[in-house]
Amino acid sequence: MTISNNVERPPKTRGLTAIAGAMSLIAVLLIVQIWLLSAALQSFLAAKRGSALPAAIFSGVMFLTCFGLYLFVDRVDSNVRDSSREQ
Amino acid sequence: MRWLRPSSSEPLWKEEFSVRAGDERYVTRRQLTKFLVLTSFGMFVGNLWILLRSLFYEAPTYPQLIVARFGEIPVGGVKLFTYPSKQDRCILVRTAENEHVGFSQKCTHLSCAVYYSRESDRLECPCHKGFFSVADGSVLQGPPPRPLPKIVLENRGDKIVAVAVKVS
Repeated sequence: MTISNNVERPPKTRGLTAIAGAMSLIAVLLIVQIWLLSAALQSFLAAKRGSALPAAIFSGVMFLTCFGLYLFVDRVDSNVRDSSREQ
Repeated sequence: MRWLRPSSSEPLWKEEFSVRAGDERYVTRRQLTKFLVLTSFGMFVGNLWILLRSLFYEAPTYPQLIVARFGEIPVGGVKLFTYPSKQDRCILVRTAENEHVGFSQKCTHLSCAVYYSRESDRLECPCHKGFFSVADGSVLQGPPPRPLPKIVLENRGDKIVAVAVKVS
């Protein structure tokens, strides 16, 4: 027995899947950022100051990615709820 | 901030406190996402702070302090002192006839006071069994992430003088 892929899922379920995926990605990025902060702090305390700049740049990029994902979540969420109200 | 989301038929407060039970999960997920992004921003600010501290770092100047007289401590013996401030506890160890070494007494793991174990010839932290080499303060075992800061000592006549702290 095969399940057809053509079956259109309701917009609400699609929205929740997208939000869950984006949240998982944000959580992974956050874990990397926490590790990056602790590694940069350890280096700083050990008087090795060369790693501070790359750590700050990577952390900034990850924050911007998280912020982009948040905008995506917000947009999907808003779209799905609007469409569910129209039905 | 209208540009963040497409224009909705409902005002934001109605979306946040929806009468539809099914919309509840959207609110909690969105709030969790907001919280995660704010935490991410906090991490970024932390990294920026470290970067600024690194860029504007000024090497401290250390006072010169007589910590002991030659022969005051027997070989394998220790003396506790404070350097460079009264709050910074340090340990002086006489490792050989003509050799003294000094280290900060604060373990680099959770700041417990380390002591010198003459039997094992190493500095030991009793809290989490972190061991440091008495030769250079490097970590031999345990959770400490960094070596102990070393006190730079100079022999001046019969006096042992602390002149700097070396962090490595």
